[in-house]
Amino acid sequence: MTHAQRQPAASAADWRKDFPILDQTVNGRPLVYLDSAASAQQPAAVIDAVARYHRESHANVHRGVHTLSHRATDAYEGARDKIREFINAANRSEVVLTSGTTESINLVAQSFCRPRIGPGDKILITHLEHHANIVPWQLVCEQTGAELVVAPIDDQGQLDLDALWPLMTNDVFMMGIGHVSNALGTINPVKEIIAQARERDIPVLVDGAQGVPHLSVDVQDLDCDFYAFSGHKMFAPTGTGVLYGRESLLECMPPYQGGGDMILEVSFESTTYNELPYKFEAGTPNISGVIGFGAAIDYLQAVGMSCVAEYESKLHDYMVSKLAAVDGIRLIGTANNKASVQSFLLDDIHSHDLGTILDHQGIAIRTGHHCAMPVMTRFGISGTARASLAFYNNADDVNRLIDGLQKARKIFG
Amino acid sequence: MTAWAAKKDELYDLYRELILDHARKPRHFGRLDQATHTAQGINPLCGDKLSLYFIVDDNGQIETVSFEGSGCAISMASASLLTDTVIGLRVDQAEAVFDAITSRLTRGQAGDESDIDVNFEARYEKLVALDGVREFPSRVKCATLAWHALHSALNRQAVPATTE
Repeated sequence: MTHAQRQPAASAADWRKDFPILDQTVNGRPLVYLDSAASAQQPAAVIDAVARYHRESHANVHRGVHTLSHRATDAYEGARDKIREFINAANRSEVVLTSGTTESINLVAQSFCRPRIGPGDKILITHLEHHANIVPWQLVCEQTGAELVVAPIDDQGQLDLDALWPLMTNDVFMMGIGHVSNALGTINPVKEIIAQARERDIPVLVDGAQGVPHLSVDVQDLDCDFYAFSGHKMFAPTGTGVLYGRESLLECMPPYQGGGDMILEVSFESTTYNELPYKFEAGTPNISGVIGFGAAIDYLQAVGMSCVAEYESKLHDYMVSKLAAVDGIRLIGTANNKASVQSFLLDDIHSHDLGTILDHQGIAIRTGHHCAMPVMTRFGISGTARASLAFYNNADDVNRLIDGLQKARKIFG
Repeated sequence: MTAWAAKKDELYDLYRELILDHARKPRHFGRLDQATHTAQGINPLCGDKLSLYFIVDDNGQIETVSFEGSGCAISMASASLLTDTVIGLRVDQAEAVFDAITSRLTRGQAGDESDIDVNFEARYEKLVALDGVREFPSRVKCATLAWHALHSALNRQAVPATTE
């Protein structure tokens, strides 16, 4: 691949060609896909890697002595190595493969927190979180009597840091924070927050579902204790995800689920658990999905995350300036530091009506509460329309969105 | 003129004047504290949420009805049209409208007129305005939500109606 040598602006058209699904018409119009924050599309390299695996190498992993099982295991474990390198984890034993961000966070809540907390302990999250970074903590609080504490945000959708610091008290056992808000696009200053937490001995889990697709992530540089993310937000198949965990913490956590693959020896009297990361990977994993995940990382490495970030940032600025110029628009989420996501309202048009009108013109956006109902409540609204960009989008996509919104105004005019 | 611009625009059929009018100025909007029958309708996918209140007299006649809640233009308009339609009907007549409208809207795309209630348009003239949703399968639930709530209320079901 030669993507790495190309300039971002010049190569955007080529990136787009790598995604076969984008080359189609929807409702008679060329597809404009502006919903990558919900699920990103897959490049042909990923689709082909998964198909090739199914055609040539499928067998169960870590089990057989036969050739196909070796091939499957090599490809599966090879993907883990690629993921380790991509997030710069110190050791492959710190890369636990899961079904997605949601499972990763539940694993930490149940395996790390639940045995260690009780009444009087607190778990600290923020008002920006996705339900996946709220409900698992609520569950563990219900189970243990611990208290969930929520750090506030301002009217731009940014964390109020002055309000956050005093909440990081001695009785906070754990902090969960999103790297990038899925609903508003806000990029949180996680490195600074983790540094503060470290001084107070508070372990931090970063929900990186929306971070990894847009930003170069280095878990050692961030110095986080856990980093959770999903494959399908970063151009890999659904049902794949990662929990990065600091080895010293993972070591002292009990298994999250029991089953095959996570054991060394089983008798009815006792079971010896497998070593890291397999202790947390019970049952046959999503082998093909993980192999696709590895292919997605190869693809992203070839494009270059810095190119991705630079290109998306320019396109995001363009989108925001065009949106802001539409009569009747209200932008929700105007943080100073944002990923390529923009929520908005148009006049008094309900977001679902907007979604239908745009879909009818071949434009896919997300509408509703974006699995972040507390964020919506914070702004006194029930939902928004949200356009999210990936590096396969371009200025034409943004222009089509704007035309679509003008049409919505005409229909509701 | 591009090919797609020449195509019939179902959007204007979906968002007819009458629909937009009812969505913006919902009739019988508000709570009825003396309601004899009430039910909630929730569309978890969209977050549409409404409550219906009925006062049914001893003869089984719907004296009045109101609704409150929030949602998209289709769900609000449908609820508003519902109130206009069923006031004065007997409970069994209102149930018949529920059957007729839900089967009409879930019938699929316009053009499939088989098995259609030929008297529907004459009887429930305004409800014909909801026909546009038949071209938008993902929105049929918005249009039927209030009707499912009506069905729950009149059958005194305790669980909120959903279109899921």
